[in-house]
Amino acid sequence: MPRYSRASLALIAGGVLLLALFPLWGDTFYIRFFSRIMIYALFAMSLDLLVGYTGLVSLGHAAFFGVGAYAVAGLINKAGVTELWVVLPAALVSAAALAAVIGWISIRTAGVYFIMITLALAQMAYYFFNDQLYWGGTDGMNIAQRPTLAVGGIALVDLNNRVQFYYAVLGCLVGAFALLSVLLRSPFGHALVGIRANEGRMRALGYDVQTYKLIAFVVAGTLAGLAGFLEATRSTFATPAYLGWHESGHVLMIVILGGMGTLFGPVIGAFVLLLMEDFFATLTDRWLLIEGLFVMAVALLMPQGIAGLPRRIAALTAVRRGNGDG
Amino acid sequence: MSYFLIQTLNGVQYGFLLFLVASGLTLIFGIMGVINLAHGAFYMVGAYLAWWLAERTGSLFLAVVLALPVTVLLGLLIERLGIRHLYERDHLYQVLFTYGLILVLNEAQRVLFGNDVHSVAPPQWLAGTIRLSEAQTYPVYRLFISVACVAVGAALYLLIQRTRLGMVIRAGSTHREMVAALGFDIARLFMAVFGLGAALAAFAGMIAAPVSTVYPGMGDNILILSFVVVVIGGIGSIKGAFAGAMLVGVADTFGRVLLPAGAGVTVYAVMALVLLWRPQGLFGRTL
Repeated sequence: MPRYSRASLALIAGGVLLLALFPLWGDTFYIRFFSRIMIYALFAMSLDLLVGYTGLVSLGHAAFFGVGAYAVAGLINKAGVTELWVVLPAALVSAAALAAVIGWISIRTAGVYFIMITLALAQMAYYFFNDQLYWGGTDGMNIAQRPTLAVGGIALVDLNNRVQFYYAVLGCLVGAFALLSVLLRSPFGHALVGIRANEGRMRALGYDVQTYKLIAFVVAGTLAGLAGFLEATRSTFATPAYLGWHESGHVLMIVILGGMGTLFGPVIGAFVLLLMEDFFATLTDRWLLIEGLFVMAVALLMPQGIAGLPRRIAALTAVRRGNGDG
Repeated sequence: MSYFLIQTLNGVQYGFLLFLVASGLTLIFGIMGVINLAHGAFYMVGAYLAWWLAERTGSLFLAVVLALPVTVLLGLLIERLGIRHLYERDHLYQVLFTYGLILVLNEAQRVLFGNDVHSVAPPQWLAGTIRLSEAQTYPVYRLFISVACVAVGAALYLLIQRTRLGMVIRAGSTHREMVAALGFDIARLFMAVFGLGAALAAFAGMIAAPVSTVYPGMGDNILILSFVVVVIGGIGSIKGAFAGAMLVGVADTFGRVLLPAGAGVTVYAVMALVLLWRPQGLFGRTL
C-alpha cells in the first residue's frame, strides 16, 4: 500500500543512515537510549498495522509485548536455555499464540466493543503474571543473562555489547519496516486497507474479512512479541507492567503522535515522545502531568500526527491562496 | 453455610457498587457515543475528596454532600473544554484524550494527597454489625452501600425512562439533529449527561471509601472492571450494566475465595465465555 515518493524514500534512507552511523559519535547514554526508542518504534509500528491500516483500535497490544519479554525470562531463568535460536522463536511463537486467542475472541466485535475487549483480555494476561509468584508476582523477574548466539563455541553476536545490541535492534526495525512494506503492497495489504475504508463492501466483494483481520492481528502481535524480546534483552528484566494497559495506551499515543497509517510515523512518534519524556523528567518529578496534558492536546489538535503535518500545512496554505477546497 | 452467605452478600454488594460506576460509563457511551477511559479516575477523585473532607468535617455524610457538586463541576468542565470537540471524531481520539486525562488526574492526586493509603471511618450510626449466626457477623455499612446503590439506580432509571428530561436525552442519543431542531440545546444536554456520569462514578468512590480504603491508582482497577461489566451487559444498556455488574461482583468475590491463584483471571474468563455466546453482550443490540 505505501507507495513512497522519491522525496520520502530519500528521507527514510537518510534516517536509516543517520541511525546506522549514530554509534560512531553518540555517547554511551544515548546509544542505550536510542536502542530503547527503536524497540518502542518497532512496537508502535506493529500496532499501526492494526490501528492505521486495518482500522482495529486495540487497547491491549502490550500483552504481546509483555509475553515476548516473559518468554525470554522463563526460558533463561526457569529452563536455563540461553541460545538465541531457541529463545527468539519461543518469544515470537508465544506472542503469536496469545494474539491468535485474543484476536479470535475480539474480532467478533467491532468499534468500542473491540477497544474494551482487547483491553480486558490484555488485562487478564497482566493478572496472570501479576498474581503468580512463580513469575515473580508484582515485582517481576530479573533475567539472569542475555540470550547468546554462538556456533562451535564462537560468539556471533554479543548482545551484552551495547553497540552490537544497538545494531541488532536497528536491524530488527528495518527488517520489520521492509516486511510490513511488502505485506502492505501485496493484495493482502490492499484488502486490509479496504476493510478499514468499507468493511461491508469488502464482505460483499467476497473477502473473508474475519480471516484477514485475524491474520493482521497475529502478525501485529508477533512483531510486538519481537519488541518485547528485545526490551527484555535490553533491560534484563520482565515485569507485569509490560503487559499493563498504561503500556498499551502509551504505544497507542506513539502511533497517533507520529501519524497512523504510515510506517515511518510510529518511528518518528517514538523518537519524539520518548525524547520528550526524558526532557520532561529532567524538568520535574511530575512529568506525567505534563505528558498527560500533551496527550490531551495531541488528541484535540493533531489528528494526523507529525507525519500528517506537511499535508495539513499544505492544505492550510492552499486555502490561504484561495484555491483550496478547505 | 453462613460463610457462603457472607461471600454472596459481599459479591452482591460489590456488584451494586460496580453497577453504579458502570451505569455512568454506559450512559455516557449510550447517549453521547463517547468512550471515557477517565471514568475510573472520577471514582478515585470521589474517594479522595470523601476522605479529605471527612477528615476535616468529621462526617462522611457531610463530606459526600460537599464533594458531589465539586465532581459534577469537574465533569462539566472536562466536557466543555475537551470531550465536546471529540463527538464527531473517531473513538480513537476519545481514547487518547481520556487516557491523557487519567495521567493528569492520577498525577494531580499524587501531588495533592501523596502516595499513602488512607482509611475512612463509616458514619457512627452505620458502624455496627448484624449477627448472622453464632459466630458470623456482617457490617451494617456494607448493607448500606447496597441500599444506596439501589436507590441511586432506581432514581436513574426513573430519570431516564419516566421524566420529560429523560425523554429528551434518549431522543438526543438517536436523533441529535431532530431534537436540536425542536429547540433543545443539545450541547448543554450532553454536558449535563457527562456531569451526571462523572458524579455517579465519584459517588460510588465516596461510599466505597470506608470499605475499600483510599489509595493511588484505585480508579484503574475499577475502570477495567466496569469495562468488563459494560461489555458483558451490552454497551449502552442500563439493564445490561446491572446484570453484568451482579455477574462480575459475584464471580470476582467467589474467584478470590475458591481459586486464590487465579483470582484476577476469573472475571475475564466469565467475560470471554459470555462473548463467545453473545458477542453483543447480554442486553446489547445486534452488532
